[in-house]
Amino acid sequence: MARIIAGVGTSHTPAIGAAVDNGKSAEPYWAPLFQGYEPAKAWMARTRPDVVIMVYNDHVNAFDFKIVPTFALGCASEFPIADEGWGPRPVPPVQGYPQLAAHLVQSLVLDEFDMTIVNEMQVDHGLTVPMTLLYGTPHAWPCRVIPLAVNVIQYPAPTGHRCYMLGKAIRKAVESWNEDLKVVIFGTGGMSHQIQGPRAGLVNTPFDKAFLDGLSRDPERLVGIQPLEYLRDAGAEAIELVMWLIMRGALGERVEEVHRFYHVPASSTAVGNIILESR
Amino acid sequence: MTEVKQKEEAYEDIPGTWVFDAQRARQGYHLNEFLYSLMKAENRKAFLADEAEYTKRFRMTEAQRQGVLHRDWNRLLELGGVSYALAKLAFTDGKSYQYMASRMTGMTEKEYVEMMLKGGRSPDGWRSKSERQGRA
Repeated sequence: MARIIAGVGTSHTPAIGAAVDNGKSAEPYWAPLFQGYEPAKAWMARTRPDVVIMVYNDHVNAFDFKIVPTFALGCASEFPIADEGWGPRPVPPVQGYPQLAAHLVQSLVLDEFDMTIVNEMQVDHGLTVPMTLLYGTPHAWPCRVIPLAVNVIQYPAPTGHRCYMLGKAIRKAVESWNEDLKVVIFGTGGMSHQIQGPRAGLVNTPFDKAFLDGLSRDPERLVGIQPLEYLRDAGAEAIELVMWLIMRGALGERVEEVHRFYHVPASSTAVGNIILESR
Repeated sequence: MTEVKQKEEAYEDIPGTWVFDAQRARQGYHLNEFLYSLMKAENRKAFLADEAEYTKRFRMTEAQRQGVLHRDWNRLLELGGVSYALAKLAFTDGKSYQYMASRMTGMTEKEYVEMMLKGGRSPDGWRSKSERQGRA
């Protein structure tokens, strides 16, 4: 049986990818951030999942506004790296797992989550920056990846409650796949940040720390945070944190927090990282 | 219906922010399609070679077109541009998200970076327009 053994919450700030790609990760601005991710990288190297389910959002790269899917599941065998406006990141293409993705679609739709099926898709920094943070710069990624793109760009994003329930349905779907696989699910984006308008640069560290505490000890409280609260208290782009609730929902009730890191800033973003193992 | 309307009005109460909701997305559709086109290197080249001519390929309003030509970032947000698409215009200019965000705040990039290094902008005084006015 396939099992979701752990969840990783991490920001996916594009400037982090650019820092690695341009050889700046040892500079004083960036060094504390990358040092802070070393334990997570070591955990990943020990854990070696077969499959990563990457919950992230596309940033007007795979999807323009012709079609805006709320939940889009990547069912392709390979996902090329998008050119977001400065050339594609120099990272390996992402290998998918079409058979398992098709199974997830089937199970999730029957569980009343209307997934959009995506058979061709480029992936952007929302997916590749978490890969870089957890795996470094290998020639090929050491796992297959199933992308789950969530619309958090055009309001309203799905609610935290909806996301949490989707996570639970993903756990059920994975556990009904008859192959011994270790699966790690990522929830990415956030934490507090706003990158638009005169209010850009907003950071709310108490909000972020309470969110990390809640993931570990009281996810039901987080599920009740309304969209407007994310916007008001943690910045227009903090709504991305609902994606972390998909990850948390997929871990089952009991988790053990094995790592946490928090850092301000990466460009305009408060960066958070948490690793929760299912118990 | 009433509840939905109240929520839309509540978005408008957040100061210094243009929430990209369905109405703004509708208004900004052709602007964002123009910005999306800048994902391709040949389009970036064609745009930079003759900005006014290139923008005519898209059914933007004149106000949106002027916003593009003048890199009037906040005006473009107001007219339905979404920040991630606007970033493609900044990248085409060889600039970063951070540069674009700093311009939106009216700070220099250096001032903006310094604010971020000090922990960012506190939400205090920025949660609602009434709170903002109380501080001003």
